[in-house]
Amino acid sequence: MSASQASSPKSGGAKVLPDELGHFGPYGGRFVPENLMPALEELHAAYLTAQQDPAFSEELEDLLANYAGRPTPLYEAKNLSKALGGGRIFLKREDLTHTGAHKINNALGQVLLAKRMGKKRIIAETGAGQHGVATATVAALMGLKCMVYMGTLDMERQALNVTRMQMLGATVEPVTSGSCSLKDATTQAIRDWVTNVGDTHYIIGSVVGPHPYPMLVRGFQSVIGKEARAQLLEREGKLPKAAVACVGAGSNAIGLFHPLLNDPVDLIGVEAAGHGLESGEHSASLTAGRPGVLHGSSLYLLQDPDGQIIEAYSMAAGLDYPGVGPEHSYLKDIERATYATVDDKAAVKAFIDLARYEGIIPALESSHALAHLKDLAPRYAPDDIILVCLSGRGDKDVSQVAAYLEKQK
Amino acid sequence: MKPVIREKFAAAAEQGRAAFVPYVTGGFPNADTCLELITALDELGSEVIEVGLPFSDPLADGPTIQLSSQRALEAGATPAKVLATMERAAAKTQAALVAMTYVNPVLAMGYEEFAKRASGSGVSGVIIPDLPPEEAGEWLDACQTHGLDPVFMAAPGTPMERLDRILAVGGGFLYYVSMDGVTGTELELPPERLAAMQKVRARSSLPVAVGFGVATPAQAKALAPVADGVVVGSALVRQVHQADSPQAAVEAASRLAGELRQALVR
Repeated sequence: MSASQASSPKSGGAKVLPDELGHFGPYGGRFVPENLMPALEELHAAYLTAQQDPAFSEELEDLLANYAGRPTPLYEAKNLSKALGGGRIFLKREDLTHTGAHKINNALGQVLLAKRMGKKRIIAETGAGQHGVATATVAALMGLKCMVYMGTLDMERQALNVTRMQMLGATVEPVTSGSCSLKDATTQAIRDWVTNVGDTHYIIGSVVGPHPYPMLVRGFQSVIGKEARAQLLEREGKLPKAAVACVGAGSNAIGLFHPLLNDPVDLIGVEAAGHGLESGEHSASLTAGRPGVLHGSSLYLLQDPDGQIIEAYSMAAGLDYPGVGPEHSYLKDIERATYATVDDKAAVKAFIDLARYEGIIPALESSHALAHLKDLAPRYAPDDIILVCLSGRGDKDVSQVAAYLEKQK
Repeated sequence: MKPVIREKFAAAAEQGRAAFVPYVTGGFPNADTCLELITALDELGSEVIEVGLPFSDPLADGPTIQLSSQRALEAGATPAKVLATMERAAAKTQAALVAMTYVNPVLAMGYEEFAKRASGSGVSGVIIPDLPPEEAGEWLDACQTHGLDPVFMAAPGTPMERLDRILAVGGGFLYYVSMDGVTGTELELPPERLAAMQKVRARSSLPVAVGFGVATPAQAKALAPVADGVVVGSALVRQVHQADSPQAAVEAASRLAGELRQALVR
């Protein structure tokens, strides 16, 4: 209870979620083999204790400031705003953190928890490789052994990040089952955890998995929204009218949304439509999926009528996941947040546009949020603020985008 | 009347044996061979036969069962088709049939509908490894309505008070996971592990079947005195993977199953 309160700005009488069993309405919970139950209890207890311990937040804040480079800048993208017309676009520059994406916020928080629990070994799953790099980074920092599960398809399209993880001393374990991407890497990481649960902590990279993961990843990522909110109030004296973020499984979006939940702000998540919703090749679980259970929690899911998981697709490896976290699933149902979709083509255009207009190369994942601005920005008045999470930088994507553009010629 | 799981365990105990609980993946290598396998396992005196309803992302399974599930799905297996195979098997077998699957395929059908169809197919119990008691309210109601035993699992790290909660809602037998790991992991049986099993068995109001990693008659023999039953899955599925033909698969799996069952005499 206290943990959720600590991470929400003002509950204002609103229900504090998740409940004790990790439920966000009908979503979330703990659907795992019995072997993992004690470890989840241990993690939950460690998180709650850490929340009460000033020494923990002091250490985390010090690392966030002096290691990760927080607070990240809030940048007004005037050229882009002018080109699109409508509201003023502000970018929360998570791409400027150490390792180049918001993933470091969560990895630092969780590795400190792992240390408190006396774990000797860290495992993680990764899609685009950003979470894997962040995890390999914090494991190196803390002197812990690290193994990162990554689908072979993702290893191919994110080769740079594979090398980065290896340089950082992590073992990158190729996953060849299923779609050879994030879903399968997650399944394999959970199997590892079931087997080595005594000495291993599993750093899940997003707001998915069994309770308490969606709650604690939200807690560590909320720094995004808290900072942006404070920066806007200080500089502009007002809140944004809209907050926009891409949604794969949903961690940067929850980090941005959560501190704004009780404010009069439109919350808009952008899912990947891949080759288009009608093609069936996409990762738009909220838009085109239905509730089910995957990787330990109840959430919106891409699945066939028999409940078999359908492989997700997006050009952006970090969005290529067939489920969206339980809190997003809940926010969709209660209509507190809305979810749009953007396909590969529009994302690539937004990628190039931001580079040309602002001199910033965004991650392909974040480019989905940016692409939606074309529709969104004109709906707002010229003095309205639209806050966008620029969740990561695009260095990792440049060769993929170049190849894509070459093919379009 | 469907066979009653507890009575099957009791009958084995009366004969001075631990019950033999083999596992086969439904629809693997194909529906007909799977049915032959179930029949053969019944004929050699299995007390309970577990049939897996394949799922695309089987969290608790190691590579052997995982691959068999993938193959079964590729060959067109669905929950409804595997239940149909179980219904055909139930018409001619003595063993109690237990379905093993994951929560999402059950949810896709609906807890109530799944329980109704499983029970109507002659299934006596259902194991869902990723559905712990705290999430199982609706499922337990459905099982009660349709006369199914909801089989739950416990693991070496399960605290005693949690074990009591699991036993309070569980039916049929308690599936005790031999170690931290997925199915098919190599199992060692040092005295302290056997002692832990004995402790759980002493506390349990349900028969306790030990599974995960049991592959050899020697292991089965070591487990027989401390367990009411022994589950063998991956080792049998491996025989099917390695066989050149469906016929050879049934023969090889039956041969190993026969040896394992023999070893369960106390």
